[in-house]
Amino acid sequence: MPKLYDYVLSGSCYKVRLLLGMLGIAHETQAVDFFPGREHKRPEFLALNPLGQLPVLEDDGLVLRDAQAILCHLANKHDTSGNWLPRDDRFGPVMLWLSFAGGELMAISGARMIAMLNYPGDLVALQAKARTALRLLDDHLADRAQAGGLWLVGPTPTIADIATFPYVALSHDAGIGHEDYPAINLWQRQVRKLPGFVGMPGVPDYF
Amino acid sequence: MSLTDDRAALDQWYTLGALRDFPVGAETPSRLLGEDLTVRRLSDGVEVRAAGRTLPVRTDYGHLWTSFGTPEHALFALPESQEPDRRWIHCGPVRVRASGLRLVENFLDLAHFPYVHTDILGSEAHPEVAKYEVEQRRDVDELWATKCEFYQPKAAAASDEGQISKYMYRVVSPFNVMLYKTPPTAPDRWDVIALFVQPLDEAVSVAHAFMLVIDETSTDAELSAFQQMIFVQDKIVLENQRPSLLPLQPGRETPTRADLSSVLYRRWLKEKQLRFGTEPRTDLQSTDLPNA
Repeated sequence: MPKLYDYVLSGSCYKVRLLLGMLGIAHETQAVDFFPGREHKRPEFLALNPLGQLPVLEDDGLVLRDAQAILCHLANKHDTSGNWLPRDDRFGPVMLWLSFAGGELMAISGARMIAMLNYPGDLVALQAKARTALRLLDDHLADRAQAGGLWLVGPTPTIADIATFPYVALSHDAGIGHEDYPAINLWQRQVRKLPGFVGMPGVPDYF
Repeated sequence: MSLTDDRAALDQWYTLGALRDFPVGAETPSRLLGEDLTVRRLSDGVEVRAAGRTLPVRTDYGHLWTSFGTPEHALFALPESQEPDRRWIHCGPVRVRASGLRLVENFLDLAHFPYVHTDILGSEAHPEVAKYEVEQRRDVDELWATKCEFYQPKAAAASDEGQISKYMYRVVSPFNVMLYKTPPTAPDRWDVIALFVQPLDEAVSVAHAFMLVIDETSTDAELSAFQQMIFVQDKIVLENQRPSLLPLQPGRETPTRADLSSVLYRRWLKEKQLRFGTEPRTDLQSTDLPNA
């Protein structure tokens, strides 16, 4: 059975929890005391992931780090529909948005750690980067909506949507509201309606 | 913003965090009641300085405490801290963009459990808050709410089924509050869950959650994660409450029967003439103004 090393307030772990829920994959979780205990920087955890980051997934002897890699692995192994990780023309664009979710969008994560948990860093600079990333996402989703599309790529939800949703939804914790991003808000409503959707603390329930 | 002139707020003990978060030899900046502070942990003690003066310090219950003024009462008693089988869980400081008084009032509220902590501390099928009792204990200047009961699908990290939890609430000072709750594994004792609020500014606070619990099965990570999950579910509600400062003026917010503890808390704050973190009142004559 897959085992997720999990922290309840981590948006990156939430990506994995979301897909586990939507694919209905039986799994176990092990809580890691990320804050305040910094358990992810202790030797036992570094043996699992030398980068000292969450999440980590163990599955049949495979130890995987990086939320995006874990989403690919789970969809590759467990999704019988083939839509969550499509192997046709959608593959490239799905990878593009996965990379965005693990890259530019993580400015929200950085800003959130500063605003909420008093981590060191430049809050204003990260908020500016986060707004740039949200603007780009909102424009893309507006174009998609114009063409009648609900999802980031193609006619069905993919792991690109799952990887992107958590930090968008958690942006309030980083001091960034959703009022400037109407296309993102429409899309968030669609994600919330998916069977197997689970929330997390900090993700607003009022959509 | 600079240090408040609110005498009632100044004359209290406040935590600046868990002692272990202030490494020996290090200087750590902090903030309280609108004023920046510096904490220096020395090998033989702790020094807290603000604007060139040294503030009084206490180190009870694994926390660092200080005050700008002269607290009328000693720091509250916490006899459970002497019990050897208690797990001490520091859940870490979380910053919330809300008045510290709003945090305390939310902590006292049972009625939101089914809606904010759905299927954990409450369920929408069981929203009723049964009658409970409140009292102001004047000898120790504390507020208590007792005989509280609530149906909870998952009352604590160690729960594997629903239970009717018994609760007692205890407010020991305007910004420090705790609850006593039936542990799933030891129904004849009380878990202690405390929320120590460090008000940075009137509408920005740091919440320090601290637990003294009876639980032989859960890991520290599970206990801390459970409490953080609950608290961050509250955070988003607290940050969206308007007004963000606690209104004490009659008629600004309308309590119901379930809000008995909040009614007593607000009355007690008025009696103390506390202003920091409260909405300015327009219904008082200038001669009635607190500290005028």
